Amino acid sequence: MNITLKVWRQAGPKDAGKFETYQHDGIVEEMSFLEMLDVFNEKLLEAGTEPIAFEHDCREGICGSCGCMVNGRAHGPKDGATLCQVHMRSYKDGDTITLEPFRAKAFPILKDLVVDRSAFDSIIQAGGYISVRTGAAQDANMRPVEKAIADEAFDAATCIGCGACVASCPNGSASLFTSAKIAHLNMLPQGEPEKYKRATAMVTAMDDAMFGACSNHEECEATCPKGIGVEYISQMNKNLIWGELFEHDS
Amino acid sequence: MLDLNSRCPDGPIETAWDRHRQSIKLVNPANKRKYTVIVVGTGLAGASASATLAELGYNVKAFTFHDSPRRAHSIAAQGGINAAKNYQNDGDSVYRLFYDTVKGGDFRSREQNVYRLAQVSVDIIDHCVAQGVPFAREYGGLLANRSFGGALVSRTFYAAGQTGQQLLLGAYSALSKEINSGKVKMHNRSELLDIVKIDGHAKGIVTRDLVTGEVTSHAADAVVLATGGYGNAFFLSTNARGCNVTATWRAYKRGAGFANPCFTQIHPTCIPVMGDHQSKLTLMSESLRNDGRVWVPKKAGDFRKARDIPENERDYYLERIYPTFGNLVPRDVASRSAKKMIDKGHSVVQGGSGVYLDFADAIKRLGKDAIAEKYGNLFDMYKQITGDNPYETAMKIYPASHYTMGGLWVDYNLMTNVPGLYAIGEANFSDHGANRLGASALMQGLADGYFVLPYTIGDYLAPQPHGFDDTSHPAFAEAEAQVKAKTDKLLSVGGKKSADHFHKKLGKLIWEECGMARTEPGLKSALERLPAIREEFWSQVSVPGSGAALNQQLEKAGRVADFLEFGEIMLRDALTRNESCGGHFREESQTPEGEALRDDENFQHGAVWEYAGEGKPSIRNEEALEFKYVLPSQRSYK
Repeated sequence: MNITLKVWRQAGPKDAGKFETYQHDGIVEEMSFLEMLDVFNEKLLEAGTEPIAFEHDCREGICGSCGCMVNGRAHGPKDGATLCQVHMRSYKDGDTITLEPFRAKAFPILKDLVVDRSAFDSIIQAGGYISVRTGAAQDANMRPVEKAIADEAFDAATCIGCGACVASCPNGSASLFTSAKIAHLNMLPQGEPEKYKRATAMVTAMDDAMFGACSNHEECEATCPKGIGVEYISQMNKNLIWGELFEHDS
Repeated sequence: MLDLNSRCPDGPIETAWDRHRQSIKLVNPANKRKYTVIVVGTGLAGASASATLAELGYNVKAFTFHDSPRRAHSIAAQGGINAAKNYQNDGDSVYRLFYDTVKGGDFRSREQNVYRLAQVSVDIIDHCVAQGVPFAREYGGLLANRSFGGALVSRTFYAAGQTGQQLLLGAYSALSKEINSGKVKMHNRSELLDIVKIDGHAKGIVTRDLVTGEVTSHAADAVVLATGGYGNAFFLSTNARGCNVTATWRAYKRGAGFANPCFTQIHPTCIPVMGDHQSKLTLMSESLRNDGRVWVPKKAGDFRKARDIPENERDYYLERIYPTFGNLVPRDVASRSAKKMIDKGHSVVQGGSGVYLDFADAIKRLGKDAIAEKYGNLFDMYKQITGDNPYETAMKIYPASHYTMGGLWVDYNLMTNVPGLYAIGEANFSDHGANRLGASALMQGLADGYFVLPYTIGDYLAPQPHGFDDTSHPAFAEAEAQVKAKTDKLLSVGGKKSADHFHKKLGKLIWEECGMARTEPGLKSALERLPAIREEFWSQVSVPGSGAALNQQLEKAGRVADFLEFGEIMLRDALTRNESCGGHFREESQTPEGEALRDDENFQHGAVWEYAGEGKPSIRNEEALEFKYVLPSQRSYK
């Protein structure tokens, strides 16, 4: 299989960056997308050119390191998959693949396809936890949690923090990311005491980190590799309003 | 010679940890804030240790080479975490978990350490639930359990096939809380490149900022390494691509003993290798063996589709050979059995290696929905990678490098033989002996980080002067200079081949000669061939770009250079240990039935390698192991 690669090349945070076009041949369909890039990077290296920088680690869809825009879509053509889970059998001979970094005001580009997503950490640091000290817990089965609630909390907690939702949002909003963490914790009885404080603190941190607001485009849900839904965003807003109405500490 | 006093408490094992905690020195709460601890790594062990140390009042400087602490490879653990809760009323107890773990490790771990691990396992579950980790639950709202290999009770807690992710996010949230409180200073995208010792004590580290390339010194009163295992020595493994031996190897070169490097775990259920371009192998959780049946065609070279092979022409070899444990034998046994079947020509992958893991019976028995509930994400993952649907056809699996039991030698306090230098989680060697049981890595990482190290580190710190913060000491300048010289050297080789090229060569050598089966001639030959790969690396590697910017090739080359050195003690350890135990199978040492045959008389010890200086052969030390509770016997899962 032969492919034309159009790749965003940017040497560093302050460089302008531009697309470069390359021909890449000898691709087999069993290769993963990232293995296709590995092989191409080997070619660049042999030619004395600096390889394309891209992030990746676990290569099984769970660490959240990988991802870029592939033909305008975060993580490429497959629903429910990160870029490392895309295989070249999704493409055919002669295709052109355009690769760009995740673009958002809150995600500055560091090099080529690598962006800085540490703004996500600052949102979690603001309140994405239940305040419990090590050693202070009661027996785990003392407080039963309804299975349906535990399962839903789990679904919300499967977010991998990849940033696809932000990159896909016309406003560069982190609402899906933030609301999923709030939903996970606020849904559980353990998370109840800090419910409103958590929502307010995390949303404030999100705004401070230069993420945009949600205006219901729902592009985030469409590209989330973990299938996280926008219903959490409305729950988040409800938490915010209730927090304000009842003047809970924030 | 290294000082290998384990400092394990004497007396009854049931009360050993409690008595130890009573007897070790404590740091006064008002003084804790005057001490600073460096923690390198933010996986389960590192994140939990950083959070807990900060909660206690210590200042923590935490480091990860990832862009965020949440990316550490603990995130990929699938199946579960063991704990002796006995919620199933099936006869589990702290003692049984202890017994299973010592036996599962084939009598090559310390009894006291393992007993403590089993004891604190129950606290881990309590704490994680309180943090909001969404474990699987039953309809009554109580926690659910499943079974894992090497145990006859159901003690594994899980969150679908993403238990590691949920536990790591729990530890990451606790860490984030302490970053927010200001007690933890987090350094992302910072790679440890050296340990700094002053007057024999670990007092700091040197890191490279992976974005700017800046080399920086960091001082502290103690240093904790939570930097994971060395499974990527095999190149192809289930480890993330970034996992490496660099931190522990640099610690080794600064005097820390490296124990049992030949104890590596080859996980039986991974997706088989499919071509030369393959960059990693994907694990299919051991939990699948609860319901999946492993088989090969009875006739060698039978490549009909799985569904076309009639029942009477299939060999469910684990059920046949090990009727008691069946498909749930420990990992080392399952892996070796698969290899034996392949060696006899029963592979189900044409031109490659693989056996079937089949869910047809379980789907018939429980229904597709029940199977999807338990394993849905794993089945989806399998389909994504292979294009085959495991609901309709049998999975193909084969063993792959997964975990390393060896690591830095530590005493009962988890301190290496370098005062003030600690190793926790997979980075140490302490609890799993020669084979780790499934769902025990998460347990050990969190035990070390939440419940052991935060107490034991006080014993070292209490008598030390506090607040060491002097990076102007010449030892820092010397370490920085060495780091910079190595970076410059890598950048100046000017060869034509990628670091991956050499990593693959090393991996092939280690997999073939130091993988599932090892022989004296094979290991000797590998030791002869290894230096040539190393030399070729240093004359042929290509590292384009600059050291003063983000340079992934430079990062990779530095890690491969360390693996190329490390491979030597791995091979030598395997060669010297002329017995079979756990994951270390020497073909010369087996029972007539082909099971691992230990030699307790000569090898009932941990082998601890000591750095002797550049170009000099490492020195092998021994820590004798004593078994007072679980008496060594031939491990049998029949």
